[in-house]
Amino acid sequence: MKSYIKSLIENGQRVDGRKLTDVRDIVITNDVSTKAEGSARVKWGDTEVIAGVKMSVGTPYGDSPDKGTLMVTSELLPMANEAFSAGPPSIESIELARVIDRGIRESNMIDLKKLCIKEGEAVWTVFVDLYIINDAGNILDAAALAAVSALKDSLIPTLEEGNKVDYDTPTKNKLPLIEDRIPLTSTVFKSGNKLFVDPVLEETSEVDARVTIGISASGDINAMQKGGAGFFTIDEVNEAVKMAKVVTDSLRKILK
Amino acid sequence: MAKKFQRNDKRKIDEIRPMEAKVGVVPSAEGSAMFKMGKTIAIAAVRGPRQVVPAHKQKSDRGLLRCTYDLMSFSVNDRKRPGPSRRSSEISMVIENSLLPAMDLSKLPYTSVDLYVYITQADAGTRCVGINAASLALADAGIPMKELVSAVAVGKVDGNVILDLDKFEEDQGEFPTDIPIAMMPKVGKITLLQLDGKVSQKELDEAMKLAEKGCKDAQEVMEEAFRVKYDLDGGKKE
Repeated sequence: MKSYIKSLIENGQRVDGRKLTDVRDIVITNDVSTKAEGSARVKWGDTEVIAGVKMSVGTPYGDSPDKGTLMVTSELLPMANEAFSAGPPSIESIELARVIDRGIRESNMIDLKKLCIKEGEAVWTVFVDLYIINDAGNILDAAALAAVSALKDSLIPTLEEGNKVDYDTPTKNKLPLIEDRIPLTSTVFKSGNKLFVDPVLEETSEVDARVTIGISASGDINAMQKGGAGFFTIDEVNEAVKMAKVVTDSLRKILK
Repeated sequence: MAKKFQRNDKRKIDEIRPMEAKVGVVPSAEGSAMFKMGKTIAIAAVRGPRQVVPAHKQKSDRGLLRCTYDLMSFSVNDRKRPGPSRRSSEISMVIENSLLPAMDLSKLPYTSVDLYVYITQADAGTRCVGINAASLALADAGIPMKELVSAVAVGKVDGNVILDLDKFEEDQGEFPTDIPIAMMPKVGKITLLQLDGKVSQKELDEAMKLAEKGCKDAQEVMEEAFRVKYDLDGGKKE
């Protein structure tokens, strides 16, 4: 039996009256935690995500001795959704963090060479940690926006003698970000043969497949991930990229 | 697109590395297969359909597909720590999602189909080679499938969109791009799509068309493995 929500989508309608291409209202606030190097709270409709950036001195990877490192993790907090539980990261949480990690990494938005302290020995490690506070649908897009906003908000802490970090005295130096490479992320969802963006939670269960697309300011596609047990045709993927471009253009205005 | 682009191993831009497919490589499993693409080799085996363990995970209306993918520790230059990682967990999930559109698990309620995919030798494209082995193993186990899902990665080197990069090619250039794609090529359905790197929308379209051709080529090799096994017309005798 076809659900009411699914038949609405097939007619180009949504439970909350939006069009298939409409995104809910988004509010970004920074400085969620003064202890973080940078942070952001994204309220995306009723979905809420907090992102924080912490930095520490670590050793570089063997294959890139002159580059800082990046690590993205996420926690789908049990308070955010009845289906989330405490404990080791679920596959959903791993996927969310890895897709956002790839978007940031592959866009080269962070000039990691500028985070080298001593080649082969010491580099800055940038941790982006994402906490899903309330899941009212589309947490991946909200988390990706929070991650980028928190990175933009970050100030590098003071580095003392012997590579000790003084976290209480941030420098005036922002992270070395390359503005026109900053990726924004939009996921396009498919139900039946209709494509739409930004589902609320009730719509999420009607989704057959989704494709997440990270697009930089210059319009390049930096990351993609198909999810769900369904499929896309080539034409549908091309259409999804166009829809995602419209969404990411609007996100870029909000990010400023 | 620069027509003059010369590949390291002289392959054409739309040419997959030499492929080899064999079914029944793990005799005690319900179904199994080996798939090789250039120097990347995967083995896959299916256990099931069988009773779900733990039992509370069973579904009354359908069977479960549960995939475990991993690199063997010695399959790469720097030894990979044995056991699951965040990478392997994610790839296991996307492999499941790549195969599900071709399956009808409503015919197998209360059961699980457990699929194990291991890479013995990695030279780029491991998840795609793994999918090809997995798809063969499922069919070998007699799990109903609409067609053999096949996969190949498309990459970008020096601005050229190219089919099936090997590790050498993958490490070239400033913005190496990797786009693994799985398809049901007979019906044009994309069942796995990932991308990291940098492409324009036009290049992405080009990549998908190239992958469609590649998936057809891979599927032919895979179908041939069954003709050989069952000694059907057209099957080359070993």
